Amino acid sequence: MSNSTRCAACKSLRRRCPQDCILAPYFPSNNPQRFLWVHKIFGASNITKMLQQLPVELRGQAADCMVMEAYSRVQNPVYGSVGIIHQLQQEIIEAQKEIIKIQGEIAFYSAQFQHQHLQQSQINAEQQHQDSFFSDFKS
Amino acid sequence: MASSSSYNSPCAACKFLRRKCMSGCVFAPYFPPEEPQKFANVHKIFGASNVTKLLNELLPHQREDAVNSLAYEAEARVRDPVYGCVGAISFLQRQVQRLQKELDAANADLIRFACNEIPTALPVPSGVSSIQPMLPRQRPLEFTRRINEGEGLYQPPAYSHPYISPWSDIPSGGFNDGGGEGKNM
Repeated sequence: MSNSTRCAACKSLRRRCPQDCILAPYFPSNNPQRFLWVHKIFGASNITKMLQQLPVELRGQAADCMVMEAYSRVQNPVYGSVGIIHQLQQEIIEAQKEIIKIQGEIAFYSAQFQHQHLQQSQINAEQQHQDSFFSDFKS
Repeated sequence: MASSSSYNSPCAACKFLRRKCMSGCVFAPYFPPEEPQKFANVHKIFGASNVTKLLNELLPHQREDAVNSLAYEAEARVRDPVYGCVGAISFLQRQVQRLQKELDAANADLIRFACNEIPTALPVPSGVSSIQPMLPRQRPLEFTRRINEGEGLYQPPAYSHPYISPWSDIPSGGFNDGGGEGKNM
């Protein structure tokens, strides 16, 4: 196989890229960085083993997820993807607190509104009663 | 942090690798012999030499957190060989998006009440919103915004293999009760 048709993995590993290269579909030569990330974090043999253990139809998804995890670890060598999980959990907690706070404020306004509505109804009822009294009186 | 080599008891890594656990073993502080599975998972997914290299690139005070996060990712990938901990990330992102919608709706309700408009619905229980938000998002949640805009993250090619994620129908909780805390973070 000529140099120009080797996948990114085989190019990086400086080896022939066979027709049935397991990594070729997921590490195309036009995106060498993708393989460099997974190679640095997982290692070529671990990636190959992990993909070999999966049915073919799931390998694409698995490779993409491994690339994402490797990239996250390169960006954040201490926490990697776990840093992202932690950040999302914090966002969820903050959003929940905010929702509870706003629901409390809505409950306050709702109570105020209902109180005003009740007061107005009482005033209207009294007015009607007075109107009826005077009209009876006049007649 | 157990330094098992100081007690002449090999650390989990050296036990697994069947080698003598020397004093100064790089793994000993982080892989105590009482937790053999932790190293077994890390070894299976990342490999001992990759972990050594990663740890050597970090300052000593960072290494414990790094090992614990590697152990978390390794366990996630052992449990879910396709998605690993990306499955948990997906699940949490969906929760964030759902909460953002709920927050937008609650904000819209609040503004109506505050302006003394007649509400179209009274306050609803958490998780249910019958009001469409009138205002644009007021608090874009930072990480979700970055994910949606693809900022700084790899955009995978579109593979057309359908896969039902084990996370897709989890109503609450999630991977290792987590929505919960990550280990030792």
